[in-house]
Amino acid sequence: MYNTRPVCIGIVILVIVLSAPFWVGIFGTNYTKTGITKPTQESCVEDTAFMRAQHMRLLNEWRDQALRNENRNYVAKNGKTWEISLQNTCMRCHTDYKGFCEKCHISNSVSPYCWTCHIIPTEGK
Amino acid sequence: MLESLLLVLLIGACAWIGSSMGLTAVFGVVLPYVAVFVFIVGLVRRMVYWAKSPVPFAIPTTGGQERSLDFIKHDKLDCPATKWGVFVRMFLEVCLFRSLFRNTAACTVENDPVNGGPRLVYYSSKWLWVFSLLFHYCFLIVFLRHFRFFMEPVPCCISVIEAIDGFLQIGAPRFYLTGGLLLVALLFLLSRRLVNKRVRYISLANDYFPLWLLIGIVVTGICLRYFDKAEIAQVKIFIMGLTHFTPTIENLDLNNMFIVHLTFVSTLLLYFPFSKLVHMPGIFFSPTRNLPTNTREVRHINPWNPPKQFFTYPEYEDTYRDAMAAAGLPLEKQPDKKSAE
Repeated sequence: MYNTRPVCIGIVILVIVLSAPFWVGIFGTNYTKTGITKPTQESCVEDTAFMRAQHMRLLNEWRDQALRNENRNYVAKNGKTWEISLQNTCMRCHTDYKGFCEKCHISNSVSPYCWTCHIIPTEGK
Repeated sequence: MLESLLLVLLIGACAWIGSSMGLTAVFGVVLPYVAVFVFIVGLVRRMVYWAKSPVPFAIPTTGGQERSLDFIKHDKLDCPATKWGVFVRMFLEVCLFRSLFRNTAACTVENDPVNGGPRLVYYSSKWLWVFSLLFHYCFLIVFLRHFRFFMEPVPCCISVIEAIDGFLQIGAPRFYLTGGLLLVALLFLLSRRLVNKRVRYISLANDYFPLWLLIGIVVTGICLRYFDKAEIAQVKIFIMGLTHFTPTIENLDLNNMFIVHLTFVSTLLLYFPFSKLVHMPGIFFSPTRNLPTNTREVRHINPWNPPKQFFTYPEYEDTYRDAMAAAGLPLEKQPDKKSAE
């Protein structure tokens, strides 16, 4: 092998960089569950699977409906009508910001800008 | 071109059907592990193979004046004569793609006023440079952004990258510029092969396949974020399971699109060490780039040359002294009297 020293250094750097997804985990903790505390009420606006994956889209649509179209009524898939309001509808059940919203958002590095306008819900209000 | 597209679509369809049939363990666990193993071992094997290959001649490409007499200006960037100069040239090549920046395109001008007839002109062509730079840097940022799935807690540098990347605050989840630009750059690189006749003539399946595969990865990734959304917390639990070598797929609701995305990435990793994509480590082994242009000062010895059997003049004289003395030729050392007698 020619230029053994620089080649070996290069190989070591390459392997370290490319295997980074595997070893960077040791700097933190494992992530096996979200650890959220669910609100006590049974049903949300839509079903759980939809809310888990698409809640940000729903919130975005609600914002557009309420603020741009002045439409405060949302008809869910099951026919139930909800008032379009973050403070009055969503946060009536989802009062625990630290135990619910923040749990997934922080560990998945999601920084929604809801709270640049809305007041962050606090416990025991 | 179409075969490559069909192959990528077939891989995607296999992953989609497989995950709907409950083969998530195959596409989501076995395949990624095999792919990462083949990727890293394949690249190391390839690098060792290159390092074992001798470089018979000093063949650095020169883009400027070689170091010469004092009053001739030396082009230090394009014709480096020292190891440090080569390092600088290499750094700029890897980070800024200077050799693509020099691209020219030729065209003929009919009825040129200068010589009153058709004339061949070369003009600077920066498109390939712009879009390949865009592609590589967007890909780097997208790769770094994915570290939010590998680390708990997510370090602030990743959040900073995300904040800058999504600073336009379009939609929720926020639109990341690099994702869109990556697709734009890939579509340019693909259409360049299709539109430019000369490039199309030399394009083969192994040029189209990586492009389609990367387009597949980017499109499924964009879908997962903005349209057919994956549930991000579950994805992170799954990915952390993979990277901690405790893969779990039970109780996880991973959608098919995510498995397709993962399968495309695994395919890329499997394909990488055996394709033209190994230019990632290969650029550092390129003798046209990594040799200093000091060919007039230092003799480059071909490493596979056999050891030379030198026959020096004193040895020559020792061998033929008597005959040379008999012929009356001048000698450095006269023959011994004894042997003459």
